Amino acid sequence: MTTVELLWNGLAAFLTLCIFSFLYKDNPFYKFAEQLVAGVALGYWTMLLYHTTFTDKVLIPIFQQGKLHYILPTIMGIMMWTRFSKKLAYLSRIAIAFYIGVGTGVALPLYMYNYVFRQLQATVVPLQFSWLGLNSLLMVSFVTCTLFYFFFSKEHKGTFGGLSKVGIYTLMAGFGASFGLTVMGRVALLVQRIIFLREYFIALFGS
Amino acid sequence: MKWHEKMLNIDRRWIYLILGVAVIVPAVVSFHVPVNVTPEVRRVYDFIEDLKPGDIFYVGIDYDPASLAELHPMAYAILDQCFRKDIKPVVATLSQFGAGMAEQVLSEVAAEYGKESGIDYCYLGYKPYPAITIMLMGVDFRVPFPQDYYGTPIDSIPMMRYVHNFDDLKGVISLSAGTSSEFWIIYGYGRYFMPLALGVTGVMAADYYPYLQSGQIFGLISGIKGAAEYEALTEYKGEGLKSIPYQTTTHVVILAFIIVSNIGYFASRRSKK
Repeated sequence: MTTVELLWNGLAAFLTLCIFSFLYKDNPFYKFAEQLVAGVALGYWTMLLYHTTFTDKVLIPIFQQGKLHYILPTIMGIMMWTRFSKKLAYLSRIAIAFYIGVGTGVALPLYMYNYVFRQLQATVVPLQFSWLGLNSLLMVSFVTCTLFYFFFSKEHKGTFGGLSKVGIYTLMAGFGASFGLTVMGRVALLVQRIIFLREYFIALFGS
Repeated sequence: MKWHEKMLNIDRRWIYLILGVAVIVPAVVSFHVPVNVTPEVRRVYDFIEDLKPGDIFYVGIDYDPASLAELHPMAYAILDQCFRKDIKPVVATLSQFGAGMAEQVLSEVAAEYGKESGIDYCYLGYKPYPAITIMLMGVDFRVPFPQDYYGTPIDSIPMMRYVHNFDDLKGVISLSAGTSSEFWIIYGYGRYFMPLALGVTGVMAADYYPYLQSGQIFGLISGIKGAAEYEALTEYKGEGLKSIPYQTTTHVVILAFIIVSNIGYFASRRSKK
């Protein structure tokens, strides 16, 4: 590790320890690190948006390439900002309505296809006398039981109550899997920082 | 205070301390934990392995530094496999804080294999609004990315001369920590039907298995475990495999806490009766 890398990694190690200090209790070191992240992120994103959107989609096309039709979306973009004026705020509704209209028109069929039809198609598959078939049968049964659980127009008693209870267990199994994976994800963040600190201190003091 | 009440009222700082010790143990005493490869990870590996030299494959680095721990090892292993097989990756990011990170991982792995930007790989950089960017990439990469990350016009990049949209790619993998994976399914696969695989964080993984089963994605790498599996397949020595012993000790401690708290919970319920 070069001296420059050692200095930068030293700063990163210090900020990591500042964040970890919150585990004991809130303190000025934690607040400093937290606000530094927020400030750097805001500054970085502002400049990034300027260079990747405003320059690419407004400045270059209109002023360098003479594509005058780019003026129309630019005006609509400016109209969004009129929300800050009480007199002109109504103009922003036109731009927002256009944006929502186009967004809904594009998204609705795609959402229906991907979230509803494809998922239904994958759930209701032809019965087969194999492990795969048994798996499909179990899936259909558990999905149906879960739907029973969310049916509130009938009291959950007797056979119906039993089936809805299976639905609860199905949900719990799902939440359990989610929880387990979340723990793995959170631990991964901690582990990555510990590995980083270990390697930094080894580079600093030797093994 | 009874023993079971004490068990249910342990100060959270003790839990953090014990977890901290559990994480430090593998840093001091190294040991090996075998990794079993799941079919969904193997499918991604096999897909890339079956590509021919010169084929073009899209790798989306759609995450920010907050998810680096889980997704960066996947990116390293996948790009390593691409370059080893002479596959040409097109890389872009749909995460606002991903641009620098994607550049770092790409240039690092490319340098190991002596690959050149524009000839062996192309880095397009970042564009905001993932859904719109994905749909525009389906029309022509030149619309959302008139030039690459370094400012070279796309038409001047030898590798991209005949690459216009997803039809010219062999497949797409998005390593994502947010809604971009959903956008890839809805606006990418749902509209252009290109072969799509996802690498997601552990938190997201359970939500994406239904898409695997429905065939909307052909493979799924989930969390650090998935990254370790991929590294095991590619024999890439990265952070994924390195972190598995740490995951093991921590999970043992968390399981012990779950058992202890459940004993405390059931004992307190019995004493109330």
